[in-house]
Amino acid sequence: MEKGKGLARRWAVELHDTSSSSSSHSSVPDPPGFTRSAPDADDAAGARQRKDSETAWKAQKAWEVAQAPFKNLMMMGFMMWMAGSTVHLFSIGITFSALWQPISALRSVSKVFEPFKDPRVDTLAPKLLFIALNLAAMGLGVWKLNTLGLLPTNASDWVFSLAPSREVEYAGGGIPLH
Amino acid sequence: MAPPQPRHLLLLLLSFLAAASLATLAAAVYEDQVGLADWHQKYIGKVKQAVYHSQKSGRRRAVVLTEENVIASLDLRSGEIFWRHVIEKNDPIDQLSLSLGKYVVALSSGGSILRAWNLPDGQMIWETNLQVSKSSKPLLHVLSNNKVAKDNLVFVSAGRWIYAVSSIDGVISWGKEFSFDGLEIKQVVQSPDNDIIYAVGLAGSSKLNLYQLNAKTGEIAKHIQESFPSALCGETILGSHNVLVALDETRSGLFLIEFKGESISYNKVYILDLVQDLSGTVKLLPLMSNGVIALQASSTVSLLKLKGIDGLEVIQSFEQPAAVSDALTITEKDEAFAVVQHVGSEIELIVKFTSDVTNEFIREKINIDEHRGNIQKVFLNNYIRTDKSHGFRALLVMEDHSLLLVQQGEVVWSREDGLASIVDVTTSELPVEKDGVSVAKVEHNLFEWLKGHMLKLKGTLMLASVDELAVIQAMRLKSSEKNKMTRDHNGFRKLLIVLTKAGKVIALHTGDGRIIWSNLLQSLRASKSGEIPFALRIYQWQVPHHRVMHENPSILIVGRSGADSAAPGVLSVLDSYSGEELNSLRLDHSVVQIIPLTLEDSSEHRLQLIVDSHSHAHLYPRSPDAMNVFLHEMPNTYLYTVDIEKNVIRGHSLQKSCHNSDDEYCFSTKELWSIVFPSDTERIAISETRKMSEVVHTQAKIIADQDVMYKYLSKNLVFAATVSPKAAGEIGSAAPEEAWLMAYLIDAVTGRILHRVTHHGAQGPVHAVASENWVVYHYFNLRAHRFEMAVIEIYDQSRADNKDIMKLILGKHNLSAPITSYTRPEVMVKSQSYFFTFSVKAIAVTQTAKGITTKQLLIGTIGDQVLALDKRFVDPRRSVNPTQQEKEEGIIPLTDALPIIPTSYVTHSVQVEALQGIVSIPSKLESTTLVFAYGVDLFYTQLAPSRTYDSLTDEFSYALLLITIAALVAAIVVSWIWSEKKELRDKWR
Repeated sequence: MEKGKGLARRWAVELHDTSSSSSSHSSVPDPPGFTRSAPDADDAAGARQRKDSETAWKAQKAWEVAQAPFKNLMMMGFMMWMAGSTVHLFSIGITFSALWQPISALRSVSKVFEPFKDPRVDTLAPKLLFIALNLAAMGLGVWKLNTLGLLPTNASDWVFSLAPSREVEYAGGGIPLH
Repeated sequence: MAPPQPRHLLLLLLSFLAAASLATLAAAVYEDQVGLADWHQKYIGKVKQAVYHSQKSGRRRAVVLTEENVIASLDLRSGEIFWRHVIEKNDPIDQLSLSLGKYVVALSSGGSILRAWNLPDGQMIWETNLQVSKSSKPLLHVLSNNKVAKDNLVFVSAGRWIYAVSSIDGVISWGKEFSFDGLEIKQVVQSPDNDIIYAVGLAGSSKLNLYQLNAKTGEIAKHIQESFPSALCGETILGSHNVLVALDETRSGLFLIEFKGESISYNKVYILDLVQDLSGTVKLLPLMSNGVIALQASSTVSLLKLKGIDGLEVIQSFEQPAAVSDALTITEKDEAFAVVQHVGSEIELIVKFTSDVTNEFIREKINIDEHRGNIQKVFLNNYIRTDKSHGFRALLVMEDHSLLLVQQGEVVWSREDGLASIVDVTTSELPVEKDGVSVAKVEHNLFEWLKGHMLKLKGTLMLASVDELAVIQAMRLKSSEKNKMTRDHNGFRKLLIVLTKAGKVIALHTGDGRIIWSNLLQSLRASKSGEIPFALRIYQWQVPHHRVMHENPSILIVGRSGADSAAPGVLSVLDSYSGEELNSLRLDHSVVQIIPLTLEDSSEHRLQLIVDSHSHAHLYPRSPDAMNVFLHEMPNTYLYTVDIEKNVIRGHSLQKSCHNSDDEYCFSTKELWSIVFPSDTERIAISETRKMSEVVHTQAKIIADQDVMYKYLSKNLVFAATVSPKAAGEIGSAAPEEAWLMAYLIDAVTGRILHRVTHHGAQGPVHAVASENWVVYHYFNLRAHRFEMAVIEIYDQSRADNKDIMKLILGKHNLSAPITSYTRPEVMVKSQSYFFTFSVKAIAVTQTAKGITTKQLLIGTIGDQVLALDKRFVDPRRSVNPTQQEKEEGIIPLTDALPIIPTSYVTHSVQVEALQGIVSIPSKLESTTLVFAYGVDLFYTQLAPSRTYDSLTDEFSYALLLITIAALVAAIVVSWIWSEKKELRDKWR
């Protein structure tokens, strides 16, 4: 509802006859919806004002959208804390959703800011904030992944299947056969 | 009130955790799984004496004594074992006899232990210890009692002693020591009237003593002594009831000695006068009968008739190989005996009566498998036919140690008892299944397959009746899948190729243990010149892979042509699939050590170095190709010798060509290092290395906190243990203060001692097993009066700083660089020891295809069972209170003793009697290893140390899975139809 109020009216059809005003010099009525009178100066001023408030509103909304991941981030942090540091179904699920959400959000970043696209609205800063927050969320996910021990950050992760190295010498023998 | 609560809880939790961790370690089979993947075969060994049940008992059984120290009662109809006792090797049984028709009396340990078993069921009845002066050839004589008497005496003579023991309860009725120096009783003779026995003894080599004793009291009634002009060799037999035949010292003359009441009269007969062509040693065969004796020379066996003491008459001579049985009493007067000789490819059984030796009662030709070799022993038995005539059957002991029963010219049954004395084991793959070649019957049709699975499903859902359950069990046991003669996907089907003491090579199928082929090697058979060759080892000779796949794999058998270690060696190459001998070689050098190299020539022959007694190494196969391969690696090949007698370990390098030989395949050795142990404080007890075929997955060991330790993985690491000379004997022979055990880890290339540890108050016997970077050894702790097991793990400290991740990611590390023993090793050693309940006969470790699966120690216990002990229990990093990370890593809290979990016996309920060795063979499936344990018995099973994580078990019900899927699909379809209908209804509403 609120949304509809803010939007500017694009067009309107006046269906009832207005011939009594200034259409005397022509018997042909104006096409429906045509108003011969010049746009009112007052009207134009009102429209500009409306447009300004719309821009401000857009900018404000863009900032709001940009800050939305922060709440998410807090919630994720809480969930992660709840999940603990051992590998099980719940913690894996949490961690992967924590990783997936920022990624999907980052992929649709232009779509999210689409409604606020306006030459006069500067969406770059909110976009950057949005990206930064999502990256932070992703960082949190990665950190969680690491605390679960699922990231190859230790030396052990790189050598665990390192084959024994070849030996140059070979010695055989033992106790002689009797 | 509150404080103790959490601690209790914690304890409870901990104990629960411990219990849970133990539960996962125990891997047992359910009762109905026995026999699915395992088999057990019972053997007895080469028979050296057989006695039959008397006919009156109505039981067709024979009691046999074997060279593996087994007493067994065999069913004469089928050859099955009724009962069996395997006696310890240190208590060798000398003689066996039956008494009163219901007791088996056995004399053992040089005449000092006499035991009696109940004949029908083998229960022991009594055991008597006898005091005998010295270990000489003891004699057992059971009084043959014609009258029905309540008691029957058993006479035992050993050295100067003679005992009379009641056969009912083992009470010694009398014992007598003859007060005559150097006397050795040779014969105990019973006079026709029961109350008098004669004991004939030799004092020195030429004084014959005859004692006449009262059988009831042991009083000496008479003593006669007679001196002979020439010395006797000690071999005497009783020709008839009062004539003794003795061989003289040169084994060329016979003394015929008659004792008649008061006096002894004798006469000397020269053997050459009787039998021409006497070569080799002459032996008297114990054929006690009415004046007939048998004389064995190396080329003939002669039957001689005694004419009083006036002389001997040759009745018949048989060409060797031949065997003569003991005399068998048929009637009061008459006795029968059997002679077996070879005629072409057949053998001939001749039965004669002593009353009429010129005639033959039976002459039968019997066809016998050529791989049984020559006849060695024959034991005759008779039975009464329905028409009251006498029928004869005989137990034959062949050269390959097998036992056959022949009756009416046919082999009724045979036992492959050579398998009771396995010398060495190797394995071979089976042939690959080829298209169009139906090796085994193709599985039953689809309907039967489905039926089988439905039955199994019924069993799973507990709907099956008792009969159906039996059918299911039979189906599982018979599964033809495991017995096919082709290679399988999982590598479970293989040939176990064993080399027996008799020189016979036998291939057993792992599926059910049946014999696929057997070959008595010509080169390992006793030759006419009397030298007895013996089998040493068996190795892989050629294992074809890709390029030469069309060739069959082959195996190499190494033997020695004589008992002496300097005797020339013999080599034999056998086809693994058929057992045919491809090549046989008599070497011109001895075999002291065989070193299988890790090299292969272009035709995939494995290279072997054989070291002779002059420390020269000989390369086999002798081909230029192999030579090229070897010369390339020769500078890096070293030899080491653990000389137990000289108490020294020596290391050698190889040098091109021998000094005094132009044989280009001969290499001389040069001593590089030696470790001389001070013989007044240390004696080498054991040396052990890793199995050459062992596969190690990784050099890193990840410990708690994601830390890495690098294993010191050198195949040249030798474990040697020495004990103090005083503690080298039996347990308890040394005080704890004078007993110690030293364990060494030695690099066999450089002779560097990497680690040494002393266990004070410890003594042997030491058993050890080495694998990867650890050694586990077992010994006795004199202070604690318990057996102990210790573990040493060795880590490479020089690699320990490889912890920079960036370097590891980029591959800038020295971990995969080849290692040489000549760089100074920095090692770190961890060790720990634990009490262990059992004394041990053998230790092995499980081997898997890639070495990823955790290891289990396979411990052959004193009870002849194989116990699987997880390596985690012998981990030197165990501590009393492991941290959380260590627990996560799987470290078990330290306990003073190693647990013996009853369900972790690999051999479940069976025993592998006289357990000798345990072999673990990897299958193609990483989780599973094949275990073969051998002794007198054979046992085979499949083992999954960490459960079968890479395959579904046989128990998995495919039918149940299919039905579940079908039911789910049906449910989906039905619910979809329902929802469609409902939607339609809703739309019309």
